Amino acid sequence: MNAPSYNFAYLDEQTKRMIRRAILKAIAIPGYQVPFASREMPMPYGWGTGGVQVTAAILGPDDILKVIDQGSDDTTNAISIRKFFGKTAGVATTTLTMEATVIQTRHRIPEAPLHEGQVLVYQVPIPEPLRFLEPRETETRRMHALAEYGLMHVKLYEDIARFGHIATSYAYPVKVNARYVMDPSPTPKFDNPKMDNCAALQLFGAGREKRIYAIPPYTTVVSLDFEDHPFKPYRFDAPCALCGAENSYLDEIVTDDKGGRMFVCSDTDYCEQRQAEGHRGRESAAPHKERAHV
Amino acid sequence: MYVAVKGGERAIENAHRLLAHERRGDREVPELTLAQIYEQLALGVDRVMAEGSLYDRELAALAIKQARGDLIEAIFLVRAFRATLPRFGATEPVDTGRMQIRRRISSTFKDIPGGQILGPTFDYTHRLLDPQLAEGFVPEVPATGEVSEAEMPRVTDILGRDGLIEPSPQAEPDAPVGDLTREPLSFPADRDLRLQNLARADEGFLLALGYSTQRGYGRNHPFAGEIRFGEVEVEFFAEDAGFAVPLGAIALTECQMVNQFKGSATEAPCFTRGYGLAFGQSERKTMSMALVDRSLRARELGEEVRAPAQDEEFVMSHSDNVQATGFVEHLKLPHYVDFQSELGLLRRLRQEFAEANASEPLQEAAE
Amino acid sequence: MTTVAELPPGFSDKVLSAQSTFRSVMDALARPGTVQRIAASAGAPEGMMHGTAAIALMLFDHDTPIWLDGAISTSDAAKWLKFHTGAPIIDHPAMAGFALIGDPKNLPALDRFALGSSEYPDRSTTLILQVDSLSRGTAYELHGPGIDGSTLLTASIEPHDLFDRLAVNATLFPRGIDVVLVDGSSIVAIPRTTRLVHGKN
Repeated sequence: MNAPSYNFAYLDEQTKRMIRRAILKAIAIPGYQVPFASREMPMPYGWGTGGVQVTAAILGPDDILKVIDQGSDDTTNAISIRKFFGKTAGVATTTLTMEATVIQTRHRIPEAPLHEGQVLVYQVPIPEPLRFLEPRETETRRMHALAEYGLMHVKLYEDIARFGHIATSYAYPVKVNARYVMDPSPTPKFDNPKMDNCAALQLFGAGREKRIYAIPPYTTVVSLDFEDHPFKPYRFDAPCALCGAENSYLDEIVTDDKGGRMFVCSDTDYCEQRQAEGHRGRESAAPHKERAHV
Repeated sequence: MYVAVKGGERAIENAHRLLAHERRGDREVPELTLAQIYEQLALGVDRVMAEGSLYDRELAALAIKQARGDLIEAIFLVRAFRATLPRFGATEPVDTGRMQIRRRISSTFKDIPGGQILGPTFDYTHRLLDPQLAEGFVPEVPATGEVSEAEMPRVTDILGRDGLIEPSPQAEPDAPVGDLTREPLSFPADRDLRLQNLARADEGFLLALGYSTQRGYGRNHPFAGEIRFGEVEVEFFAEDAGFAVPLGAIALTECQMVNQFKGSATEAPCFTRGYGLAFGQSERKTMSMALVDRSLRARELGEEVRAPAQDEEFVMSHSDNVQATGFVEHLKLPHYVDFQSELGLLRRLRQEFAEANASEPLQEAAE
Repeated sequence: MTTVAELPPGFSDKVLSAQSTFRSVMDALARPGTVQRIAASAGAPEGMMHGTAAIALMLFDHDTPIWLDGAISTSDAAKWLKFHTGAPIIDHPAMAGFALIGDPKNLPALDRFALGSSEYPDRSTTLILQVDSLSRGTAYELHGPGIDGSTLLTASIEPHDLFDRLAVNATLFPRGIDVVLVDGSSIVAIPRTTRLVHGKN
């Protein structure tokens, strides 16, 4: 039997070259989705294969890798991906945002500002921001070619007419470098402003849909909006119950079946750093089950 | 104190240990060998090889064992392994006209040169559960005959000699072979890429699409011109040696559908083709594939594209069961963050709705 | 003629040298105008600088048609590229994924290379241009994505009007040409989004 043996960071060198070429083009054309011949990875499509391929193509032995899912280093898929690279590339891993050189993420941008030595790799399920308005690739490609984004504005405006708000709360479309409309992946729109003029390089990998795109550092990223309905990031209006942060995105934790709930930072590293610095929230002193939640 | 959920790593390890335990089942029952799987569950192995795009019976059997009999999971395992293999090039085109036939039937002619050969088939078996098979059944030795030296021309070649069917596209040995595992797909896609996509496509998906064409969603009047199953030689042109080197034989099933004719003021009418090919004995797959191949040729043959089976973007984008499974099942992954976003928005909209409705009677009173 | 055995070697470590070279090129493109170093050890045939050779080894293979200018298409460089990368060397720059320019003074007009299409702007030629110096010479003030405000590139570049020619990138965007300048082991990238300050283009 052909007993399997695997290369550094799993991918063979020919595949890495192909992905590297796509990454370079993506950086040169900010927000444009570069088609690439995505490979079958040893994890299912939709579970981060695009991000994993991008990370595998850039990762070197000196890198320090952080993997988060929903902002947390401890969610099962984050653990699984971190272990994959620990095993196949032997790289150092960390949960500290500041210490990492490569951060692979699903659905969040860390709260701590990123710096120049970092690359943020997003896992993307549906890279095409126009897909839900127009399912055909041939059509959406033409719309991007002509920068014809009227349909997107119509959709957002219909929301306003029906609900009084733009009813998109995550995967909120942005315009990159005043040219391409881009899907930021299903991050909450709270995170959108962090993409603008960011010091770190941002790379996006969509494995199943076979696309790679990028935002170079210090690039203008604008969330689509209207003059009379300007973009507003949303955050539940409460401090984190653990660290007291008033500026972080919050997870809602259901604590009982009588309406009890609490709100804690979704970015676990940010929350832990703050607690280590002595910040406290109202739940950090007593077991939450013994407290009444109003 | 509230403690954030941790310990996922141990949970994963324990889950995988439990999975291994369940896979083995009752340890009093003897363990399956790979040979038992590829000898006695051969059609499952064939499907895994076909949709996994890797001809290796033993690895396919291992994948089926590892996947606990879940064939789509097994296909995924084979694909992920295949993706790491170095690619040396493409073989010479195989010649199914020179197949060592084990089964060959045509529904378009009563008799054909080389004859109809029923071979190993479920056709005409009565689907009655057979209690004898439960244990210890020793089948009769199969009837044998002389190996026939007679030519077995393909039915479409016979039709083609009289120009009754459109010519098969000529092989261009020097033209690069399209490969959607190496090049990202773009639309419109040429037939080589469409056929590759269909050959890797989920059997159930193709079956449903093929069936839909028979029921009128893109009808193309098919006849099963020929279905043949047997072994063909595979050769690889070695640049160093300067000639084609035989690599061995593989089992293939080929289906050629003869379809609705075309013609015009300048062109004599002739039948059109639909083609299916798969590793192993895979008749349902190749017949469905041939139906869908034909319907995807709508654009090329000047037919109106109206039915799902004629829409190449729709078919090719949704045919792959490894992709489809991954994305459907990814809904199991945590989505707390985007759900929270949605929850926040919905609460706000409901609150505004309630406020607006509460103030309405007042407005009415004022009027 | 050199035999294959006499050709200079490729990367000392196929996997890790390629990785570190890629990161230098990626950083160069992500931060246009900054000088990045290629540290990986690699052989280079006559006419090709170390940086050019390393980029070729890192990016080229059977899937990347390449075009070589007169200075590079000497038999040894072509043979070395063929042997180490397998990349097809083609006559028409408009079909090339990459073009290696050893004699930048005679750089062909940019519209002879692939500029991509509006639908597929990525189907363009990337120029690898060997220059005199990336540490002294003319000061170019650059801005665009990847640059925090503006940055200063001091370089001695042929052709002297390279940035004027690259004005085509502003007109055609998102179509365009990306350029990697090489001086020995130093590289600087000028992607199609980079512009000269002072309204020069």
